[in-house]
Amino acid sequence: MATTTAALTTSSHQPPTRKILTVYWKEAKYEFLKNLRLRMYSVATIFFPLMFYVLFGLVLGRRSMGGFNPASYLIPTYGTFGVIGASLFGTAAGLAAERGLGWLQVKRASPMPTFAYFTAKIAMSMAFSAVVVLLLMLLGVTLGGVHLPLWQAAKLLGVLVAGSLPFCAMGLAIGYFAGPNSAPATINMIYLPLSFCSGLWVPIMFLPKLLQQIAEFLPAYHLSQLALGVVGAGRQESNWTHWQYLIGFTLICLGVARFGLQRDEGKLYG
Amino acid sequence: MVTTEKEASGAQERGAAAAIVARLQGVSKSYGEIQALRNVDFSLRAGELLALLGPNGAGKTTVVKLLLGLAKPNHGTVEVFGGTPAEPTVRMRVGAMLQVSRVPETLRVREHIDLFRSYYPKPLSVSEILGAAGLTEIKDRLFGDLSGGQRQRVLFALALCGDPDLLFLDEPTVGLDVESRRGLWEQIRRLVARGKTVLLTTHYLEEADALADRVVVLNQGSVVAEGTPSEIKAKTAGRRIRCISRLALEDLRQLPHVISAHQDRETVEIRTARAEPVLRALLARDPELSGIEVTSAGLEDAFLALTRDHNHNSSDSPRTKFPARGN
Repeated sequence: MATTTAALTTSSHQPPTRKILTVYWKEAKYEFLKNLRLRMYSVATIFFPLMFYVLFGLVLGRRSMGGFNPASYLIPTYGTFGVIGASLFGTAAGLAAERGLGWLQVKRASPMPTFAYFTAKIAMSMAFSAVVVLLLMLLGVTLGGVHLPLWQAAKLLGVLVAGSLPFCAMGLAIGYFAGPNSAPATINMIYLPLSFCSGLWVPIMFLPKLLQQIAEFLPAYHLSQLALGVVGAGRQESNWTHWQYLIGFTLICLGVARFGLQRDEGKLYG
Repeated sequence: MVTTEKEASGAQERGAAAAIVARLQGVSKSYGEIQALRNVDFSLRAGELLALLGPNGAGKTTVVKLLLGLAKPNHGTVEVFGGTPAEPTVRMRVGAMLQVSRVPETLRVREHIDLFRSYYPKPLSVSEILGAAGLTEIKDRLFGDLSGGQRQRVLFALALCGDPDLLFLDEPTVGLDVESRRGLWEQIRRLVARGKTVLLTTHYLEEADALADRVVVLNQGSVVAEGTPSEIKAKTAGRRIRCISRLALEDLRQLPHVISAHQDRETVEIRTARAEPVLRALLARDPELSGIEVTSAGLEDAFLALTRDHNHNSSDSPRTKFPARGN
């Protein structure tokens, strides 16, 4: 009986930083390509916010929205709507399917750094968020006659892309609890009511009083107010309060996602 | 592979057969109520192809998961390259082909390979990987456009990316047609020829016979037999006797050398390691014995006999007990 175990020639080689960066880069690049080619994701994510904007902001928009013309007011709100969609679907749908149907296991058996898997999904979602926001602004400026100075456009883009993070965190949390095939339905059941109640479709001041009060507890409301604030259409509440809500929400979601990850490992890998 | 060869020869100098690359010792694993493995012991030696053979649900995949560090045993130890399987330094030297229900379909074959190569310090070149898995012609296709056999080959290619010393292939040919299966066998043989150590799980005895140096038979979470393919076949190379007899099934089962006995309409079917002594006993005890028919048990029957032998009291009919194919 051979009792010698082939010992590892431990040179304890630390992979060089460049090598690690390559992994993170490729993981994100292919995550992006994968979703770009997945029309269910790329078309839906970009098309719906733009369609709503054209419909309610450009074609039907007559009514003044708190002193603003709809084409201006709806860029930040549909921008928020688009960012949340790109983030939730970009993280939750892929994660739920990949962990439920075995692909994540193949990756986990490799030396892939686990963190690279998650950052790739977040980076991809942020990239799509940026595309949606840029296209909305382009439509508004060209077809809606919206006056949007460059610095304002840049700030709006920055706020909304940063604001995709809380919803990526939420997506990871959902991805750990939704079934592989039911995830898109689950996401919609959260995404659509959340968007409506936060005043992303119909401006917040046109919502019933009760919904307006509920909105103040919803992360989507706080992001939309930050975005509206950039163009001076917000409700003059403290930006810091909005950020605090979003940061708190992000932390809660990351906590839930972490719990899901550990539960999953207990079940699947424990 | 240089290190493994060195290790192997080093071990031989010390009088051992070949270095042990991976080992399970007294491993038990349960998922909630379900006991997947009971006190499993076996080791994998450098340069060999070990087939883990057993019906569906025998615990083969659990063994692979334990060896990959994707699961932890409840009892016992799992060791790979002298360390714990989940260590990054161990994972760098290991490749795995697992059963996956869905692989991202909107990436091209070469893109999947490019990504997996980036995980390893010294990956094989893209052209080597494509060649070894027979994917050169279809490297630009999207995964979603591939046939079942081609998809399996991509998963095989991903297992090769890091130029691993040790490969785990979990049911690599399940659901493949004969031609694709033989193609993949050829590719697996080439790996072994290059000195890789391979653990392959399968529920086809034929596959274990065609590829393996050594076979470990697993049934209901326990190792029921271990040996070279010919040893396993010798243990299991049984005969099937069909006849019409007045003897009760219980009495038939008590006869020496009888593995099992079943009623099949008016005939009884007896499985045995040796037909002659059983026939003599039958003729001596039942003068009205008729319709005698002796056939050699096929490989599948032999395998069945082996796993049945282990749980004799099971009253399942052989057909329902036989593992479903191509799931």
